[in-house]
Amino acid sequence: MSVIRFISIALLAFISVSLSAETEKVLNFRSDVDQIRYNDLISELRCPKCQNQNLADSNAQIAIDLRTHVYDMINEGTSDTEILAYMVARYGEFVLYRPQKNGANFILWYGPFILLGIGLLGFILVIRSNAKRRNKRAQG
Amino acid sequence: MSEVKKNKVKKVALFLPFLVFALLAGVFFSQLGKDTQYMPSALVGKPLPDFSLVNLETNKLVNKSDLGNEGYLINFWGTWCPACSFEHDYLMTLASQGVNIIGIDYKDDTAEAIKWLAEKGDPYSAVLLDELGNFGVDMGVTGAPETFVVNSQGEITYRHQGIVNADVWLTMKGYLE
Repeated sequence: MSVIRFISIALLAFISVSLSAETEKVLNFRSDVDQIRYNDLISELRCPKCQNQNLADSNAQIAIDLRTHVYDMINEGTSDTEILAYMVARYGEFVLYRPQKNGANFILWYGPFILLGIGLLGFILVIRSNAKRRNKRAQG
Repeated sequence: MSEVKKNKVKKVALFLPFLVFALLAGVFFSQLGKDTQYMPSALVGKPLPDFSLVNLETNKLVNKSDLGNEGYLINFWGTWCPACSFEHDYLMTLASQGVNIIGIDYKDDTAEAIKWLAEKGDPYSAVLLDELGNFGVDMGVTGAPETFVVNSQGEITYRHQGIVNADVWLTMKGYLE
């Protein structure tokens, strides 16, 4: 008798565990492209609460809410740029894991290449002046 | 170029790495000890976003124009938020000094909120319900408590994340013109 009771309790526990796993919402998209867009967007948007995670990885309440917003906007036919603009208007450029390339960010994106160019220019100038000096010495 | 001038240029060039170092050191030093979690609000300097929320007491829809055109605070809170309960006492003090505080009951259970206000007192001139947190997203809120200062022009001038206390109020007060 007690064995049967034990088995039934174990079964019940198992069922309740699988039920709680079911509560994760299943998202339905109009197309596979929308599904891909959703996954891309939530991995590219930063969670404003837990600052080193993206929306996809974070379980903070605000991240869950923002994922829902992204999902709703995609199903309403909003474009990616509009969704990103929506987020930036509310949470600032901070939410973009790929910051825009204008304004002060220009230096961050292209500064290293500009410095490299300047270095290269300096290098060439030094080599040239050395060569000139050597030529002069050889002639004189 | 004369020899003397050339030497001068060379000397300056020798100091260039030091100058770059000094510049970088200055930049890094100025960043030391700053709150790394601090995030400026994207809404500061912008008008309060439009909204339409239900008033907890009257059950009527309230929108932006109903809040009048004198400066006020917008305080996001919830009964689920332990820090809000710490903050509540100071909000009561502010309310008794005549500060107009609009409460946004953020992602909360309305019955719990009514109980909370009855037990702890009500510092708010109006409590608006944001059960789904949509207004919170429009305001760029990341949690509770969070408090915004709206000036007489209906413009958001300041945002504070976390508990409002006497220290915070000193700074906040200045933005409430």
